[in-house]
Amino acid sequence: MSKYGIDENGYYGRFGGAYVPEILQKNITELKANYLKIMNDPTFKAELNQLLHDYVGRPTPLYYAKRMSEKYGCKLYLKREDLCHTGAHKLNNALGQLLLAKRMGKTRIVAETGAGQHGVGTATVCALMNMECVVYMGATDVKRQYLNVQRMRMLGAKVVPVTTGNATLKDATNEAIRDWCCNPANTHYIIGSVVGPDPFPDMVARFQSVISEEIKKQLKAQEGRENPDYLIACVGGGSNAAGTFFHYIEDESVKLYAAEAAGEGLEDPTKSAATIHLGREGVLHGSRTLIMMDDDGQITEAFSISAGLDYPGIGPMHAFLADKGRSKVFAVTDEEAMAAALELTKTEGIIPAIESAHALAVLPKCKFKKDDVVVLTVSGRGDKDMNTYADHFHLGE
Amino acid sequence: MNRIDRLFQSGKKDILSIFFTAGFPHLNDTVEIIKTLDKKGVDLIEIGVPFSDPMADGPVIQHSNQVALANGMSQKVLIEQLKNIRKETDIPLIFMGYINPTLQYGFENLCKKAVEIGIDGFIIPDIPLDVYQKEYAEIIKKYDLRFILLVTPETPEERVRLIDEVSSGFVYMVSSASTTGAQQNFNETKQAYFKKIENMNLKNPTLVGFGVSNKETFDAAAAHSRGCIIGSAFVRALEDNPTIEAAAESLISKVRGK
Repeated sequence: MSKYGIDENGYYGRFGGAYVPEILQKNITELKANYLKIMNDPTFKAELNQLLHDYVGRPTPLYYAKRMSEKYGCKLYLKREDLCHTGAHKLNNALGQLLLAKRMGKTRIVAETGAGQHGVGTATVCALMNMECVVYMGATDVKRQYLNVQRMRMLGAKVVPVTTGNATLKDATNEAIRDWCCNPANTHYIIGSVVGPDPFPDMVARFQSVISEEIKKQLKAQEGRENPDYLIACVGGGSNAAGTFFHYIEDESVKLYAAEAAGEGLEDPTKSAATIHLGREGVLHGSRTLIMMDDDGQITEAFSISAGLDYPGIGPMHAFLADKGRSKVFAVTDEEAMAAALELTKTEGIIPAIESAHALAVLPKCKFKKDDVVVLTVSGRGDKDMNTYADHFHLGE
Repeated sequence: MNRIDRLFQSGKKDILSIFFTAGFPHLNDTVEIIKTLDKKGVDLIEIGVPFSDPMADGPVIQHSNQVALANGMSQKVLIEQLKNIRKETDIPLIFMGYINPTLQYGFENLCKKAVEIGIDGFIIPDIPLDVYQKEYAEIIKKYDLRFILLVTPETPEERVRLIDEVSSGFVYMVSSASTTGAQQNFNETKQAYFKKIENMNLKNPTLVGFGVSNKETFDAAAAHSRGCIIGSAFVRALEDNPTIEAAAESLISKVRGK
């Protein structure tokens, strides 16, 4: 058995599992029994790969960032997930899960979304495959990410604003799970990250693993070696990091660096989303993992300037990798992320999503050697964040 | 004898079990609600331990959870409120909550406290069968508590058997694929499911919950079980009525039809 992989019971060490109400047991059991079988079916692989190539626009480039490399004294490559159709890595998973749901005979899709990227990805593939699509989104996020709401609507999805709890991502996730409880027979829930009950974390990681599969080939072609010295990615739930790390997890010569959102810092937990630094062990959304909560076990709101990282939990895989010391986790503040976003924009002409900017902000915290090969995943593009950037940098009228 | 066992062994039919969320509508209503329900002839009470993210609950109970937490309810406060409850009533009492708060209190600690104050059992819908067996069944046994597992229309027959084997006190029959909350009626499909479970002759008695709110739904469900659990309809009555007594009366007359 692999040292860092998931075990047959759906756990990464003591993290993971499937803590779901009885009404969902049948769905979870069916999914668990079938997802690997379907994903390994050659006809499924062929269908998925063709769409990844022709529709999503894969492989995404592995770009040697010359000026940034000079600045940080290393060889920095950017994995350009921001160039995927719809603007982020999220589509890799949405497409994969949709094809899988179809093979399992499901006719209706529900999804949760925070910043809206996963919602847009899901709405996109549902339009492509002519499937009914309902996206739950916190009412607060509906206001903050209005452009993405309109994209989903134009794509034919029903966007349901969620007003319960804090009206953000965790509440949208609760609502998507409730919908699934009410419609277990015909509905598949496309979770957007490596979170939720087993087998979702592993399934999403596998659909995102195309990122590291490509990095291996591209790095071999460009550097003559498959393995970098460092991999860097941001983590909210942790799906782009899971995909970036996937094929390198067992190779301990590759350092895995994860950037979580610290908001205003680690001093005040109510102003932070740094779950691995500040969370405690518990169960959220069906998975045993690290969670931001109070003494009584009530889940608290995570805070970050990035709507895609303010999740009070973390994928169980990342809780495990951090616990084992396999990954190193950096807490990146809003200020650091914004500065990093501006730097990439000015030096390379790439405006990253604020989520991805958290990964970039790890660079100044590292001491590289000149020949070190560093691969950093730019998980998404910054279009959706232009209002925040414009306000922050006073870009003018 | 455990009070839940005593109730079922008494042979009583049409058992009425009522759920309420501790701390709703007001923080200190807990004891009065229990005393009132007991006085009005309710057979069993489920005390909802509020959680910020109650994923098996519909809008009414979600809202009551939120209000209860905002009122300052917590497991510590609840246990303090109930420390003398057994001087007031002998009605069977169950804690119904979610796994995360339970884990933070400590599963065994909570069992210990439950026994001290006179709680008879637990319902924790997001602790699935296999996890319960592996991690918690021993502790429940050690403290002689009851742990009620749920079956649903989606649960295959062999699994219903397994759940019946492991569950204690009774088996909670979820009426339909849904979250908690009132439903218009129990149609033929649902009644066929009740009947199927009834004909399996489980070792545990069953109570039907989720969607029971009036005489029609109560009678339809109680015909194939020992009785029903009402949650959302009572929580709503607490909101709609000026007093706890009025809420209990209005709900019970609606259900019992008198």
